[in-house]
Amino acid sequence: MIPEVGHYALILGFAFALLGGTVPVVGLIKKDSYLTRYAWPLSYGAFLFIAIAIALLAYSFATDDFSVAYIAHHSNTQLPLFFKIAAVWGGHEGSFLFWLFSLSGWAAAVAYCYRKRDEQFIARVLVTLAILTAVFSLFLLMVSNPFLRMLPAPLEGRDLNPMLQDVGLIFHPPMLYLGYVGFAVSFAFAIAALTTKSTTIPWARWSRPWTGASWVLLTGGIALGSWWAYYELGWGGWWFWDPVENASLMPWLTGTALMHSLIITEHRKALTSWTLLLAIFTFSLSLLGTFIVRSGVLTSVHAFAVDPTRGVSLLAILGVLLIVSLVLFALNADRFTRPVKFGFLSKEATFLAGNSLLAVATLTILLGTFYPMVFQALDLGNISVGAPYFNTLFVPLSFLFFIFMGFGVLIRWHRVSTDDLITRALAPMSVSIVLGVAFSVWFERGINLIVCLSFITAIWISLTAIQAFYFRRTASRDRKLGLASLRSLAMVIAHCGVAVTIIGAALVSHYSVETSNKMGPGDALNLSGYQFSYRETELIIGPNYTAEQANIEVSKDGKFEAMILPQRRHYTVRTMNMSEPGIKWYWKGDIYITLAEKLNRTDYAVRIQYKPYVRWLWIGSIMMMLGGALAVFARFKLKATQLSEKEALVPATIVMWK
Amino acid sequence: MKITRFLPLVFVLLAGSIIVLAMRAESTAVISPLQGQSIPEFSLASLENEQLTMTETSLTGEVQLLNVWASWCGVCKSEHPLLMDLAQQDKVRVIGLNYRDDRLAALKELQQSGNPYQAVIFDPKGSLAIDLGVYGTPESYLIDQHGVIRHRYVGALTRQIWEREFAPILKQLSVSGSLRESSDG
Repeated sequence: MIPEVGHYALILGFAFALLGGTVPVVGLIKKDSYLTRYAWPLSYGAFLFIAIAIALLAYSFATDDFSVAYIAHHSNTQLPLFFKIAAVWGGHEGSFLFWLFSLSGWAAAVAYCYRKRDEQFIARVLVTLAILTAVFSLFLLMVSNPFLRMLPAPLEGRDLNPMLQDVGLIFHPPMLYLGYVGFAVSFAFAIAALTTKSTTIPWARWSRPWTGASWVLLTGGIALGSWWAYYELGWGGWWFWDPVENASLMPWLTGTALMHSLIITEHRKALTSWTLLLAIFTFSLSLLGTFIVRSGVLTSVHAFAVDPTRGVSLLAILGVLLIVSLVLFALNADRFTRPVKFGFLSKEATFLAGNSLLAVATLTILLGTFYPMVFQALDLGNISVGAPYFNTLFVPLSFLFFIFMGFGVLIRWHRVSTDDLITRALAPMSVSIVLGVAFSVWFERGINLIVCLSFITAIWISLTAIQAFYFRRTASRDRKLGLASLRSLAMVIAHCGVAVTIIGAALVSHYSVETSNKMGPGDALNLSGYQFSYRETELIIGPNYTAEQANIEVSKDGKFEAMILPQRRHYTVRTMNMSEPGIKWYWKGDIYITLAEKLNRTDYAVRIQYKPYVRWLWIGSIMMMLGGALAVFARFKLKATQLSEKEALVPATIVMWK
Repeated sequence: MKITRFLPLVFVLLAGSIIVLAMRAESTAVISPLQGQSIPEFSLASLENEQLTMTETSLTGEVQLLNVWASWCGVCKSEHPLLMDLAQQDKVRVIGLNYRDDRLAALKELQQSGNPYQAVIFDPKGSLAIDLGVYGTPESYLIDQHGVIRHRYVGALTRQIWEREFAPILKQLSVSGSLRESSDG
């Protein structure tokens, strides 16, 4: 009964979205404000019913209703309750329902937050989102319905894929999806701008908090994903250039570009075409990401939801979406082209260069990710274009980008003289080169070019960000720590986060050490100044698995440091073996132990790794998220305080940079 | 209205039609430009032993399967069990060509999942792979007693593909090989 109610709620959600995508359009055409205003209640209604649908699916999971095929395939009575809830998005149908839930959620949030803005314009945004919601609800109902029954009901479910039974999974996909789908809002703003005659509407400013929020969530989703891969897949790697990782990285790169391009469009009304295109492509790449994960056309560690026919329908939706939006762009983007002049040495030009680099990086990844797919489609077999390709192209591009990052924050709007730029950049540049070389010599007792460049760019990024913040503070001395400073502070935190991530990535890639040994109770070995002694093997019985656990004592200079407990788990329902690594972490690096196969009655192959500064990757990501969140927060505060003096913002910001 | 505004649309349409065409086309053309030619000359170290140099003559004397792989290659992992089977049950001599890889990572991969290779050529710069015209990993070449490439397959091997494309050639080769041996004797 309950699943049918959920199914019905989903159909109602579809109906609301369909009306939301049509009724206000009639209102807009007839200039009938009464009909246009329907966009608001219809957005709320679609969200409400889709939320009910997903809640009821979660409830059916919690009560073990195995007559629902999706639940029978992804749950089990033995599964702990919070994994049952997380299993809602553990497979294709459910994860798509969650996707839809977040889409309608974002639409409802836009409707609520912007209920007092320009009605005509926001209605267009809501209509775009409603059409997307309707299309994807229809897709869900037709080809991947999570509420379908399987009768007679099995007594027991097939259990959730053990790889996914982890706290990381509870948060990783939802965050990623919220981020992906959030870019639908940026997309909708771009479409609304392209279909509006008026060019005075500050849509770039309105779009910024939503783009920022999506970016923060996507950053979090990617960071959690890499963290999950690090400690759950048991390889000790954190980035594999796996197609699915690439799929999330591409919208992140264009999303980053979009976020910065919006700044220029808001303040200077320049780079508008860039901004519009970036908004369109970021959302398209998000869709493509969903397509890659959900179609299984690319072999990947993430292939737990495989069905090519669904992939093809998603690709068709993507095609229509791209064609419609790009035709709109081609016809209407001219409205925004105003002769804005900026010099070769200006903030605008630097941002343009940075954005171009991000676009090139995205294209590089796109090519590398789809080359194997095209190859397979031509029936030439299954092949892999792996890490070497991506590293060779991506690493140099990143360094170039990091250099622009520093100039981008230092340089002024409009135009500067070479002298002025040199004056500003001289101190941070020389300090970062000296310190960077010093650090890398200290680490290596020699020079490793990549590590050295990483230190230099990381210090360069942080120093320039701090310097720009200082300039802004002194320029606006008359005010208190105002909102403009708050946004500048957000930039400092996010940019320093990038720097921290660079250092983590460089050091863990170049200075990881590891050893694989046959070990049993009583054995001991040394690695990087630590002593490892294998104490005993314990047998553990978990809720839905049994495990062999090695108790390995770690000591340094004879002093006890930690007990590390790696496990080999056997999941009985799916008869799958999983290796659960034991990790002891320090600021300076992680000790990472995996228990591999059993070699004889007492001994195991034990792999011990030392991963220097690996945590910095995620600390940096958290800083980026904090910075992004602070910027969004400052935006909302700004709205509250400056609603009366709307246009005061633009001149104020320009003055601050002089 | 400027024509340049249509560029993104044109670009996307082009890319899209290439993909659609690619998915439609049922090309079964076997690309094997080197079929019937000898293995190109090379001189590379062995993966397991840096001192040991392998050359094209290391690939003669017996019928063997040259398999291009790397530790970073996900598709290779799916092909790996078949290679193990071929080496252990079918008694095929399998030689690895480790492509653009890190020595330690490659050795670790073999240690963890088993080693089907009689010997592995370590090609970190991809120099032999370039001469062979390797598209990507994995790829497999069937080489006869005289070092002549008899068949090439791009992509992950499966039992089906093996039986269809490789087994007949292998059978033919071993028959002619034993004939020659008997005539020699």
